[in-house]
Amino acid sequence: MLHARTAVSLNQLLAALPPSCAVESMLLTYDMAEQESISRSFQEIFKRFRRLDVLVNNAGIMEPAKLGMISQAALSRTLEVNLAAAILHMQGAAKLMTRSGGGAIVNMSSIVGRYGFEGQVPYAASKAGLIGATLSAAKELAAQRIRVNAIAPGYIETELNSQHNEEVHGQNLARVRMGRMGQPEDVAHLVRFLASDAADYITGQVIGVDGGMSL
Amino acid sequence: MENKLQNIFASSLGVPFESINDDLRYSEIPEWDSVAHMTLVAAIEEAFDIMIDAEDVIEMGSFAKAKLIVAKYLAP
Repeated sequence: MLHARTAVSLNQLLAALPPSCAVESMLLTYDMAEQESISRSFQEIFKRFRRLDVLVNNAGIMEPAKLGMISQAALSRTLEVNLAAAILHMQGAAKLMTRSGGGAIVNMSSIVGRYGFEGQVPYAASKAGLIGATLSAAKELAAQRIRVNAIAPGYIETELNSQHNEEVHGQNLARVRMGRMGQPEDVAHLVRFLASDAADYITGQVIGVDGGMSL
Repeated sequence: MENKLQNIFASSLGVPFESINDDLRYSEIPEWDSVAHMTLVAAIEEAFDIMIDAEDVIEMGSFAKAKLIVAKYLAP
């Protein structure tokens, strides 16, 4: 199952998948802030597949602003999408995974959730919250053989990080000991590992993918 | 459906079948606590092959309400 706000990006992703990934796919399009849509999607998954093996909570928004310039609306939006929606997805996934004997949940946190970053208070709070949610869910769901882990990417070349100006980009890059931005694939490799049976005894972990940025 | 649901309530909560009626409410008997509630919901889902949303799990505060909720999920 692939999820995004609009079908356009999903269809592009689907078209780019290699033949080895030629399996039955189900596209789900909804806004992460719509709780009813989340419930409806899990009902659809249940009706069509009767099970769920892996959930990757990857959606996220960031609206940089200094502390004194954070609006209530931006704060609510960030917490809703980055944290509340991820928890609701874990809730739905855990139900399906429990029925089929287990599964793996991977939550996309951030280096900012562990160490903070100036100008990103709501984003950092949401990602720190996601770490707390990950650890709690891991404790609660281990008995059902559901593993819950979080990834804390550093400075990765994504749409989210394209908002920075040259000065900020330079400052960020200077903090990365390996001297380059991470690529989405660097993170995807860990997602694949954590979702696989090779990680069968790993739960409740927060793993950095940051090229030494956190050192 | 009602009879089947009564059986599930009785076996999940460990109470006599005859004690299951519309007036039976969550936490009004010691057998129906939060832990038993999750067991009960799982048993209902299994028996009727449905998946109940979290909001409905929370709303399921009586046998009468449980009947309405299950009927909703069984509706075509």
